[in-house]
Amino acid sequence: MAGTITLRKSAAGTPVRLATGESTAVRWLLIGISLTFLTLFLFLPLAAVFVEAFRKGVGAYLQSFNDPAAYAAIRLTLLVTAIALPLNLVFGLAASWAIGKFEFRGKQLLITLIDLPFAVSPVISGLIYVLLYGIHGWFGPWLAERGIQVIFAVPGIVLATIFVTFPFIAREVIPLMQEQGTEEEQAAITLGASGWQTFFRVTLPNVKWAVLYGVILCNARAMGEFGAVSVVSGHIRGKTNTMPLHVEILYNEYNFVAAFAVASLLALLALVTLVLKSLIEWRTRVQHDQEEPA
Amino acid sequence: MSIEVRNISKRFGNFVALDNISLTVPTGKLIALLGPSGSGKTTLLRIIAGLEQADPDANGQPVGSILFHDEDVARTHVRDRRVGFVFQHYVLFRHMTVFENVAFGLRVLPRKQRPSRTEIADRVHELLRLVQLEGLAGRFPSQLSGGQRQRVALARALAVKPRVLLLDEPFGALDAKVRKELRTWLRRLHDELHITSVFVTHDQDEALEVADEIVIMNQGRIEQVGTPDEVFHHPATEFVMHFLGDVNTFHGRVNQGTIQFSDLELPFPSDRQEINGDARVFVRPYDVTIDTKTNGLPALEAKVVRVHSAGPLVRVELLTKTNQHLTSEISQERFATMNLEVNSTVYVRPRHIRVFASNGTGSR
Repeated sequence: MAGTITLRKSAAGTPVRLATGESTAVRWLLIGISLTFLTLFLFLPLAAVFVEAFRKGVGAYLQSFNDPAAYAAIRLTLLVTAIALPLNLVFGLAASWAIGKFEFRGKQLLITLIDLPFAVSPVISGLIYVLLYGIHGWFGPWLAERGIQVIFAVPGIVLATIFVTFPFIAREVIPLMQEQGTEEEQAAITLGASGWQTFFRVTLPNVKWAVLYGVILCNARAMGEFGAVSVVSGHIRGKTNTMPLHVEILYNEYNFVAAFAVASLLALLALVTLVLKSLIEWRTRVQHDQEEPA
Repeated sequence: MSIEVRNISKRFGNFVALDNISLTVPTGKLIALLGPSGSGKTTLLRIIAGLEQADPDANGQPVGSILFHDEDVARTHVRDRRVGFVFQHYVLFRHMTVFENVAFGLRVLPRKQRPSRTEIADRVHELLRLVQLEGLAGRFPSQLSGGQRQRVALARALAVKPRVLLLDEPFGALDAKVRKELRTWLRRLHDELHITSVFVTHDQDEALEVADEIVIMNQGRIEQVGTPDEVFHHPATEFVMHFLGDVNTFHGRVNQGTIQFSDLELPFPSDRQEINGDARVFVRPYDVTIDTKTNGLPALEAKVVRVHSAGPLVRVELLTKTNQHLTSEISQERFATMNLEVNSTVYVRPRHIRVFASNGTGSR
């Protein structure tokens, strides 16, 4: 979370230096370094996307979206996200609830497995699915017999996206559930609530901001995933291209304005995500301050 | 609704929390489970509630029973036992208002049994009035003081008309003054509602002041069950005597009808044959009389070490000639007549002693 610098004022109104604070010079140095870093690696690239997208004017910018292939790519991205997000929400909540509220053998293993998609390179994540469901994969013949195509088709893209975005929701919710413990749930069952009632009325509302935060991150990654989707997609124009893949194709065809135009949509998504993230962080902090013991 | 616990045991790993406990709580009484940490009192309370299960025997067969009136609920799930439970740290639902907290038990009732919205609202307001928190229905727990939160917790537990009310160190998290106020308030509430109640505490003053009966527990066993009067003035074991109130301890010997300890020799009735030989003698501070003269009676000579006169009684710390530390409590009036100072010599006499044999068997 972004920190804030507070300068205390003494009775005379002059800033008082805290014994544990850094000197002003050090503070500004650190801020300066962070800002330079952010500018070089974040602000400039983002700005460049928009500059390049509008290089030939607003007309050319809008023309980029008139392309049926672009339209199909946007639709596919939205479709994949609309499937992956709710599924990961259910999986994530179920895993968090089990880990946060219960003791069982293999719990630590489950926690490690949940973190797996973060550790694995996205290309490998995609390759796993090709090896499992591709024509020459483990289930290849079985699927071919039934005329089901997973790899180089939409189902494969959905699977790969689910895999790489799975940890986001679980990782946000698990620590919170662990910290909150099971006391409120115990209180609920002494009052006669069933398991479902306890989950929906007590457990879930207590973690709603963490869930929302996780959903936003999951959404951003689902829409922007490149590596894993690239491996399983087959790059069939108009059929199995998501937005990130489409940007790559456009760029390789030297169609820079269109490429950056589509990319600007993703950049916008990034900005919206950041804003929502900050709003939630602010909201959580407010709620946390309110919960300080009286 | 009486509660009867039969043959309940519980271990956590190698630690024995409860050792074959059996206990009866009469209908409508408010009883206290009193004991130090680790005595098993909270475990017992939670087993009665159903939040923990008693251990089965070596073959996995269930052992023991918990009877609410004559119904064995040991294998009933906690949500079906209809107990009201109040936690030490209130455990209010943090994202719900006071109203929603109290209404919770009623709202989760199965469709058929659930009262209408107006009925629920009426009941909630009635309970809030009972706990003197009317007008706070719209607040959130984070906006309440500790004492207020605990009263909401109580109202919430009472909303579903429980058969039995169980409180786990209900005032443990509050500061001293609020604790005292709520203690009195709880007693009055009980006198009004007459729900069979069990509360756990490690604070003996609380138990002595509030409960109809006290169950003193130690290391997973029950040491004594009795009214506050009984356990205080007639402790059955050394542990009970030590735990309830301050006590002065002496090592002595019982010999042919007398008990000798420190420099004193007092008559000891010979009908108490079970004690002979080494014994421990206990005297409450208020039973240690101080005099500036011996008056011809057997007494211990002692020096005043410290005087604490701020309080309803004066506590005098003494050191006997035999190098034994003693504490005495005398009234302010008595203190005023004697003019005691540090290093004054005085003569102390125990008015009432309790003797336990060094092997633990008690007397007197």
